[in-house]
Amino acid sequence: MTTYEPRPGGAPVGRMLLAQTALETRMLLRNGEQLLLTVIIPTVLLVLFSAVDVVAVEGPGERVDFLAPGLLALAVLSTAFTGQAIATGFERRYGVLKRLGSTPLPRWALLTAKTGCVLVTEVLQVLLLSAVALALGWSPHGNPLGVLALLALGTAAFSGLGLLMAGTLRAEATLAAANLVFVLLLLAGGVVVPLSKFPSAVRPVLELLPISALSDGLRSVLQYGGSVPWADLGILSVWAVLGLGAAGRFFRWE
Amino acid sequence: MRYEPAVEVAGLVKRYGDKTAVNGLDLAIPRGTVTAVLGPNGAGKTTTVEICEGYRRPDAGTVRVLGLDPVADAARLRPRIGVMLQSGGVYAGARAVEMLKHTAKLYADPLPVAPLVERLGLGSCGRTAYRRLSGGQQQRLALAMAVVGRPELVFLDEPTAGLDPQARRATWELVRELRRDGVTVVVTTHHMDEAEQLADAVAIVDHGRVIAAGSPEELCRGGAESTLRFDGPPGLDLSGLRKVLPDGADASEPVPGSYRVQAPVDPRLLATVTAWCAEAGVMPERLAVGRRSLEDVFLELTGRELRS
Repeated sequence: MTTYEPRPGGAPVGRMLLAQTALETRMLLRNGEQLLLTVIIPTVLLVLFSAVDVVAVEGPGERVDFLAPGLLALAVLSTAFTGQAIATGFERRYGVLKRLGSTPLPRWALLTAKTGCVLVTEVLQVLLLSAVALALGWSPHGNPLGVLALLALGTAAFSGLGLLMAGTLRAEATLAAANLVFVLLLLAGGVVVPLSKFPSAVRPVLELLPISALSDGLRSVLQYGGSVPWADLGILSVWAVLGLGAAGRFFRWE
Repeated sequence: MRYEPAVEVAGLVKRYGDKTAVNGLDLAIPRGTVTAVLGPNGAGKTTTVEICEGYRRPDAGTVRVLGLDPVADAARLRPRIGVMLQSGGVYAGARAVEMLKHTAKLYADPLPVAPLVERLGLGSCGRTAYRRLSGGQQQRLALAMAVVGRPELVFLDEPTAGLDPQARRATWELVRELRRDGVTVVVTTHHMDEAEQLADAVAIVDHGRVIAAGSPEELCRGGAESTLRFDGPPGLDLSGLRKVLPDGADASEPVPGSYRVQAPVDPRLLATVTAWCAEAGVMPERLAVGRRSLEDVFLELTGRELRS
């Protein structure tokens, strides 16, 4: 017979973090819409635009040498921003965040687990996109540390903005807005369409977008073989500080 | 220290805008008991419990849970309490057993998951996603999640809302087992029978205050020894009935169409009432004799029925 005799206590925080990260990652990988967004769309765009001459690429190398860095940036956008915003928005709506708030899991650990889930997903995305790009003849250059710094700061910037949206808007509004922003940034953030194709009046503004900084930075390293792109890292840092700061200030748990 | 109450609430006030949800509520819950917080929807039950759980800050008053401040000492309190929210709390795509296993991993010395799954009849949910579970299955999962960490104190907010009778009894049985093993249980409910069946103590809440508290026996003992009830067409003139009733007895219509005679009930009283009905040409339906129920107590205190 089960005894319910009290033996209260929280698990060690490392064990909680590991369990929470694993659960969040399983939830994401099980969700069809999320997989469409994070895996299928970037891969299909990479293959399609590499094979078919519908967007005018620029710079040295093959078409894929221009496209691969842009789609790596899109992968970060899809997971850290759109996917995380939608998932977290619905977790808030369905009381998941509230319920977890009365377990021994600290809030910082919940957010750390979410970041862990985003990073695990991004590693899978980068592996998949790189494999497909290499198969299409991609020849990446440059400093890998610069690439890692860009991916990390891009993740921080998009996570802050995604959590800000999830923690302040209704879940349905987050769903709509996060998808809209994804499409707008895909088109106007230098992902597949070079920013040089846009009118010179709007270009300076578009260049300040986090997605533009990320795709431009990745391209300057991977396509042009440059070293660390400090200007792009600077733009991403500002977005990260603003986004995470605002999320920390305005996020509502229920 | 050992005899300090599990929950101690004094002068609690909580407002949302210009609406006062809790208005000077006092409550003391001894350790090792089952306490029902009983009241109609909107009485302030959930707000009170969620303040005890550390979800909201009181606007006034003091709250101590296991001797701790639920907000300031949240990190120390959370491992010791189990919470069942009124609804939700689970990832839409999570499976029942998966979510329970996960919740168990957040505690140092949790209950074994398999017997608990069996105990609450969740075994058949298997690999079904939470959003596809029935309402009753979702409730039982939430209950399992509240107890899996072996808490000292469990808050169950409307644990049997929407359950079929069999599942309700299973939930009550689990609550009794928790008490047997020394767990303090706080249950909010708007079901009289639930409070009568389960609780060592009942706090009746209305308009954000505790208007009566005690064991179900204590609450039902006061007032008339017993009651005769019947239904009939609303608005009957009771003055004739009052004239023929014995001294000290009274007849009333607390809710339109529902009549009560409070008096020592014996066959003679029954004959008197039915004779009056015959004279008035009224068929007394659902004629019943009984001691005062919590429902009567609530009615007397508020002039309203609890059924929402």
